[in-house]
Amino acid sequence: MAEPTRSRTISVSVNGEQIEHDVPARRLLVHFLRDDLGLTGTHVGCDTGNCGACTVHLDGAPVKSCMLLAVQADGAELTTVEGLAQNGELTALQQAFHEHHALQCGYCTPGMLMSATALLERNPHPTEEDVRVAIQGNICRCTGYVNIVEAVVAAGKRGA
Amino acid sequence: MTRAVSGSEPQGSTAVETGPARVLEKGFVGQSIPRKEDERLVQGLGTFFDDVRRHGMGYVHFVRSPYAHAKIVSIDVSKALELDGVYGTITGDEVAIQTDPFFEMSVEPGGNIKDYALAVGRVRHMGEPVAAVAAATRELARDAADLVEVVYEPLPVLTDAEESLKDEVVLHDDAGSNVVWSGVFDWGDVDTALAEADHVVKIERLHFHRFSSTPLECAGALVEYDRGTGEWTLTCNHQMPGVGAIWMAPALRTGIDKLRFVTHDIGGGFGNKICLHPQYVVLCLLARKLARPVQWTEWRTDQHTANAHGNERTFLDVEVGVMKDGTMTGFKVKALDDCGAFPRYEPLGCIIWAQVTPGMYGWRNIRVDFTQVCTNKSPVSPNRGYSRMQHLWLTERIIDVVAQELGFDPVAIRKKNYVRNEQMPYETPNGCVYDSGDYAAALDIALDLVGYDTIEERRQEAAARGKLLGFGIGSTLDSGTNNFGQSTLLNPELQFSGNNEAASVKLDIFGEVVVTLGTVPQGQGHETTASQVVADIIGCTPDQVNVRRGHDTWFNSHAGFSGTYASQFAFTGLGAVKGAAELLRGEMIQLAAAVLQAPEEAIELSEGFARIKDGPPEAALPFMALGAIVNANNAFLPPDFNPTLNHRFVCRPYFGMVDTEKKTGQLTLTYATQIHAAVVEVDPETGEVDVVDYAAVDDCGVRINPQIVEGQVHGATAHAIGAALYEDFAYDEEGTLLTANFYDYHVPHALDMPPLKTGAMESPSPVAPLGAKGMGEGGGGGIHCLCSAIQDALRPAGGAIVHDSCNPPHRVWAMLQDPERTRANVRVASK
Ligand code: FES
Ligand code: FES
Repeated sequence: MAEPTRSRTISVSVNGEQIEHDVPARRLLVHFLRDDLGLTGTHVGCDTGNCGACTVHLDGAPVKSCMLLAVQADGAELTTVEGLAQNGELTALQQAFHEHHALQCGYCTPGMLMSATALLERNPHPTEEDVRVAIQGNICRCTGYVNIVEAVVAAGKRGA
Repeated sequence: MTRAVSGSEPQGSTAVETGPARVLEKGFVGQSIPRKEDERLVQGLGTFFDDVRRHGMGYVHFVRSPYAHAKIVSIDVSKALELDGVYGTITGDEVAIQTDPFFEMSVEPGGNIKDYALAVGRVRHMGEPVAAVAAATRELARDAADLVEVVYEPLPVLTDAEESLKDEVVLHDDAGSNVVWSGVFDWGDVDTALAEADHVVKIERLHFHRFSSTPLECAGALVEYDRGTGEWTLTCNHQMPGVGAIWMAPALRTGIDKLRFVTHDIGGGFGNKICLHPQYVVLCLLARKLARPVQWTEWRTDQHTANAHGNERTFLDVEVGVMKDGTMTGFKVKALDDCGAFPRYEPLGCIIWAQVTPGMYGWRNIRVDFTQVCTNKSPVSPNRGYSRMQHLWLTERIIDVVAQELGFDPVAIRKKNYVRNEQMPYETPNGCVYDSGDYAAALDIALDLVGYDTIEERRQEAAARGKLLGFGIGSTLDSGTNNFGQSTLLNPELQFSGNNEAASVKLDIFGEVVVTLGTVPQGQGHETTASQVVADIIGCTPDQVNVRRGHDTWFNSHAGFSGTYASQFAFTGLGAVKGAAELLRGEMIQLAAAVLQAPEEAIELSEGFARIKDGPPEAALPFMALGAIVNANNAFLPPDFNPTLNHRFVCRPYFGMVDTEKKTGQLTLTYATQIHAAVVEVDPETGEVDVVDYAAVDDCGVRINPQIVEGQVHGATAHAIGAALYEDFAYDEEGTLLTANFYDYHVPHALDMPPLKTGAMESPSPVAPLGAKGMGEGGGGGIHCLCSAIQDALRPAGGAIVHDSCNPPHRVWAMLQDPERTRANVRVASK
């Protein structure tokens, strides 16, 4: 029997930068981002795909990066929380999180922002219910979601 | 002094007169300033411990017991060591040689328990670490851990506290009993109170379940050992390093000066990051043994299985005396607390509840017969609302059971028995002093917010849709700034008393204002609130104040009890900041007076300048000048004038001593009030509970930053709603945890949360430095209130008594099917 492939070179675009990197075949995308690329804004909050702290955009869609192997992202365009603000300027959503006190410990925040950014891209003026549906895969243990929902709705209004 | 009374709905505010408080002049304190922490956190630029790397660092994975109770026959690590990239291993045998057991707080028998960093000879709960492996990558460490061969011999398992009490199986041979601690607390004269009461209501059993607030970031640390100095540096997320070091240093046979704790951002704690000393000691030993940095990040499943659960408590044989008019005269109860396999922070939970002995009520006669036992479950650790929440749940259950059985209105009976505003400060039967508050007024705000006056119409409307509507109240206290002297009520030999917290404030060479805290924030916004306090005192803006992130032992701005726990930052943390800032202010004024050749009284600090009041514009020194003079240009200062512009202050609240005979004393200093009210709809077909209206009213005295306070209320409410409706660390008979991760352990998601209304009152604390009470924990108000609402909803369907703090659909359904089973639990004897 042939030896299985243990590692592979992948090519991904991360926050607009093209990257080629050797990765062990078994490495999770989230660990590739965090440990290999040093993009530690993407967090790990569980080991079952339930918490969404690891949410990033893969070809424009929000995905849980702990539920993918890095090799599965080969050829993809990835955006992480570090790719949201441009030249230090916060997005309207990031600004709204700040103003509405939508974060406490900030551990869920990157994932929340990525899920909510994706929502605002497809639905620029979401209702409270739309927001709750969009972030139902993201657990926050600090805020009770009240101010997160408020911030996303406000960011939608601001973008009007 | 006025206090604003407002609700998020209805809009608007009124003002009520109340007592004096020592608050700062109006300034940045009291404003909802958006947080300083946010800028980095919304960009993914926070630093959590797992973000920190070191060259040559080893990743650690623990080998954990698959059994709840077993003898360890042998451990063979050879196959793991053969794997390429494995740096080394450690087992319980090495731990037993190189360390001493952790210090135990209890008297005998619990005090004889031997608790080591890894299991030695025997495992006592599922997931207990028996060995650890360090390797070049996370994946390898995990593979290698799988190669460690452990032979176990299973032993009989205890998962029930009442079974444990029989001592047929004993977990800790050194203790000889499963009882950790037991004692009777007896205040007033409960026997006479019960004998003279018109009614005595008896409740056979109530059960407060196991759950925990499960912070989103799991535990962990990066540990480095300096072979030259023998010092360990722990870059970690411990939330109480002061006490962590007290545990770790003697176990490691070293001085406390050899342990440096560093925290940056922490992804939530809620008490669950207080008992990390066993894992951290293993990391210290590995770092020394392997002569390389090692890093451990707990997996979620491990956190649920084997880190920190909240205390589970069974209340037996409750008896309550009630007069015809609804006045409650006293109660007695046997409390049986289950602390899991090792006591660790326990048996402190056996006394902490006594901070709120009568709840919010005027009961003068109370007897609690308290026993804590070990079982083969995960150890416990303080969990948001620690120990008081369990007891307050009991008091609220008593009120609602009595109301239902004797036909009192739940609002009226509360108001009748609440401690009244004019009784404040109120001394409880066990010598605690409720500092301020107006419980009845807070309840009224909550009732308004949920439209209590329309409840009966809504009940009928729901009934028409086939739903059972219920209304419930949770009155709760969030006691803060605890007196460690209460530990002597458990063990008079313990040398703990009082409390303290430190901070330092300095003015640096270019005018930078730098604050270091002894606290260890995990999302509470300490950088922001501390900067508000400092800005007001030294006359600048919060933006100009740099509050260093996190905790570092080497900042030298911590004290013995440093940490972030027990709702006390507003008192001790900000008290320390205020004290240090005032010292700095005094010196800045002295210095400016000397330079400007003006009397000190003529100097004012404002807008980043020290200037002569009403003086010419040039008679002003920017902070930069003051900082530069002292630090770099000081030759002209007179020899007897030595300003440092760098001040450390320790806030040491005054408690007096506790009376270990009578078990009385001031166990804590501030009492924030929370009143929750909820409207639920129960589906009689499925037992599902839908929360349709919810309000939480908080009174924590002066609110330094109302937005942050409100955020804490939201968070505590979400934890309580999760606990009351879904979250349950349930075990099977073999001691296997059935809800070992977020897949099975359902925490509230965005769609589960009802719209929350909040209201606030401010009854300033007469004892706190800023009039502000600690308030983060919340007292479990949501649990009390949802249990109350569910019981109300079930009234027309057989009148079941809610007897468990967790009520997922299957339990509610069972109560609907067989209400008599729970009703049999309750008896009323009337004269
Ligand atoms: S870490 Fe990916 S869902 Fe939790
Ligand atoms: S802010 Fe802490 S988990 Fe969401």
